[in-house]
Amino acid sequence: MTITGQRPGRAKQETANRPALSHRLAERGIDKLLLLLLPALLFALVLFVYPFVYGLGLSFQPKTGGLFGAYVKFFTDPSVRGLDSIWVTLQLALPAALLNVLVSVPIAYKMRGKFRGKRALTTVLVIPITLGTVLTAEGLLNFFGQRGWLNRFLGLLGFEPLQLVQNYWGVLWSLIISGFPFAFLLILSYLSGIDPSLEAAARTLGADWKQRFRRITLPLLAPGLAITFCLTFVLAFSVFPSAILVGDPSGSTRVIAYVAYNAWGQQFDYPLASAAAIVMGAVELIVIVLVLIWRSRMYKGSTGGKG
Amino acid sequence: MSVALKTKSGAAPAAAKRPLAASPGTFLIWGSMAVFLLLLLGVVSSVVVNSFAKEWFDTWLPAGYTPAWYADAWKEYDLGQVIGTTLTVSVAVVGISVLIGAPASYVLARRNFPGKSIMMLVFLLPIMMPPITYGIPLATLLTYYHLAPGLTGVILANLVPSIPFVILTMTPFIEQINPSIESAARMCGANMLRLFTRILAPLLVPGILAAAVLVLVRTVGMFELTFLTSDSTSDTLVVALFTAMTGAGIRAQQSVDAMAVVYMLMMMVLLVVALRFVNPTQLVSQVREDTD
Repeated sequence: MTITGQRPGRAKQETANRPALSHRLAERGIDKLLLLLLPALLFALVLFVYPFVYGLGLSFQPKTGGLFGAYVKFFTDPSVRGLDSIWVTLQLALPAALLNVLVSVPIAYKMRGKFRGKRALTTVLVIPITLGTVLTAEGLLNFFGQRGWLNRFLGLLGFEPLQLVQNYWGVLWSLIISGFPFAFLLILSYLSGIDPSLEAAARTLGADWKQRFRRITLPLLAPGLAITFCLTFVLAFSVFPSAILVGDPSGSTRVIAYVAYNAWGQQFDYPLASAAAIVMGAVELIVIVLVLIWRSRMYKGSTGGKG
Repeated sequence: MSVALKTKSGAAPAAAKRPLAASPGTFLIWGSMAVFLLLLLGVVSSVVVNSFAKEWFDTWLPAGYTPAWYADAWKEYDLGQVIGTTLTVSVAVVGISVLIGAPASYVLARRNFPGKSIMMLVFLLPIMMPPITYGIPLATLLTYYHLAPGLTGVILANLVPSIPFVILTMTPFIEQINPSIESAARMCGANMLRLFTRILAPLLVPGILAAAVLVLVRTVGMFELTFLTSDSTSDTLVVALFTAMTGAGIRAQQSVDAMAVVYMLMMMVLLVVALRFVNPTQLVSQVREDTD
């Protein structure tokens, strides 16, 4: 009785001393304006989080094999060859992403300044974005094929025709063509964001271009490099149509996206498909986290060296 | 070219040595770029040439040329309907994602609140994940609710990466607007709706256009999500191309090539338009700001 009697009194006192609840929340950044976030959040929850959780749940409910049956099937079933497909995907995505980033750096470095035709050259380098996987695939098959222009040209020089499509190389080519413009644009933008006067200062102090690149540009570019690598890697890791069109989806380019789609669209094994999708996301996130950790280590290392 | 630049900038005498030292590297870079572009040109033109080829077997160039494959592709693959679907899907996706994404990006650009970083993560993940990863559970669920396969499913699935994309593209544009303009409008008695329609929307037109065009390019080019949620009546151009190429074929390669050329031209127009609104430097600052 006494307790209930005291409570309203204390509450009254508090309201007298402190501003209203809405004001206190507003001080922490919560007010009616946040309602504008609601539609986007709702969409993200309904169309992304909920399906993901649903898929995660589904992957633990296979028809046979108990809780982890779908995962066991994914990793061990010889007809699924899941583990194999992870390696295949990584073997395609890592070199493609690495190559695209590494090649973009010197080209973007050269194209940083202003010169005539820069806009035209940028446009030409960006054009592959418009090609689409199918045109790229058709073009690769036509151009690199047994009777394509390249092998015809090599034949003139007296070389044997090369098998460049319908295998690993075909898919790698298509990943490079579709990924390079993207990597290049990002690197170019990161590079042009670095203040040129820093390099000019280093030059005045007598640093040659190697030193300038290693000591100034590279550390400043490192975050951009890491982000670009991650984004290009994501693009390459999700390789799916080109693995079918210019690759050899039943053999050397049986990528994980193909395994997941196969289980979903051909065999209608939804738990297995969900498990494959979850594994795919997990592997991708692991690579990204590793890159970001490496990035932070590298950056710390260079500043530590300075001190 | 580098020599010309150096003399123009009137470099110190010591700089005269540099072109000599740098030229092998420069040569290598421009050379390898030329090789890449040459290969690319070969890849693209082999498709273009084939799309006009009468017959092309074991020769350098086709035996004759004909535009008939374009008419053929138009009829055989029902391109009118396919392009119509592509437009419907992309316009719907652009419209909805801008309507939903723009207000959200305004809040995220202007406010700090508890749980903001978690919310950012929820918006970032669909962009960082391979489309197949979330597409497969999403398509399963949409099929379960009878929303897919079909136009609704295609639009809903394409919204998943598009809304976050709008948010990330527009946030830097909003940050560039001076908040005191809004405060002034508020002092003059504008409510939220008027603030948005009279002050923010006009100032944000470049940002909205940039986001819209980029989402358009992405949606027209998005293969996986559409492939998982469409049926033969709701295929967009990319998916129609893919099925035409993989489908058991007595179909002529040339008409697939003709369709691919149509796709490329469409994307090129879109990209040229996009580059008018978004120059690479804007892309830079945008990327930097949303990652930091």
